[in-house]
Amino acid sequence: MKWILLSIIVFATVFGDLLQSYEMKRSGEQAVDVKGLARLLKMIASRKYLLLSIVCMAFSFFAFMALVQIAPLSFAVPASAATFVLETLLAKFLLRESVGKRRAAGTLLVLGGVLLLAR
Amino acid sequence: MHAVSCGSERPVARFRIFALVLGVICLNALGNLSLAWGMKHSRESVGLNPLSFLRVMLDPAVAAGILLLILWLLSRMTLLSWADLSFVLPLTSLGYVLAAVFGRVFLNETVTGAHWVGTGLIFLGTTIVGTTDSKTSDLRESEQP
Repeated sequence: MKWILLSIIVFATVFGDLLQSYEMKRSGEQAVDVKGLARLLKMIASRKYLLLSIVCMAFSFFAFMALVQIAPLSFAVPASAATFVLETLLAKFLLRESVGKRRAAGTLLVLGGVLLLAR
Repeated sequence: MHAVSCGSERPVARFRIFALVLGVICLNALGNLSLAWGMKHSRESVGLNPLSFLRVMLDPAVAAGILLLILWLLSRMTLLSWADLSFVLPLTSLGYVLAAVFGRVFLNETVTGAHWVGTGLIFLGTTIVGTTDSKTSDLRESEQP
């Protein structure tokens, strides 16, 4: 059961983050004020990919809550941190982000740090 | 879809991004802490029944946690409109460090040597990623005349 929940977390997180990043890139820079907030809420209601990304995040959240009930946190956190690598790779190929050596090295260091923190 | 080179970004633009990263991290850590605190102290036991989830949401700490996490979601979406996903992910992982600090301070959890090494690696990794260009791809929809 824990592997099924983990698969749901990884898939939902990766898919949700990619969709969200894609839609937010398309929308252009948003402002941090009341007008920006209103525009953001309007966007969520009108863009299906953005709405789908929030549904994915909700699935990931509840699957994570269920996972920590049946598996130790020391398994749940590092296992779900695997999304880091997958998302960075997919951001490079699907979102055309430039992931150079420095960004890749930094991301791997952060991943190592998260794994150690979860011990 | 095409990659754009940002070169060296303006310091003000970078400061604005890092300020929002800090806001996103704090909202997430405070939201999770409030949610965990409320769930721990709630008399309602949460099972698979959705009604028990709804009842526990009436707890003030749980409600505050949910509100903070909604604000976290909106601010993270704004951040993703300013910067790459592969830039945001490692930077916001500083939240793991904040969560460990909160666990130590508020929940009396022990911090081991491995935790300190992990914290150091996260700081080092985020510093390295923080020196890269924050936005390298532009997928903006063309403006309507």
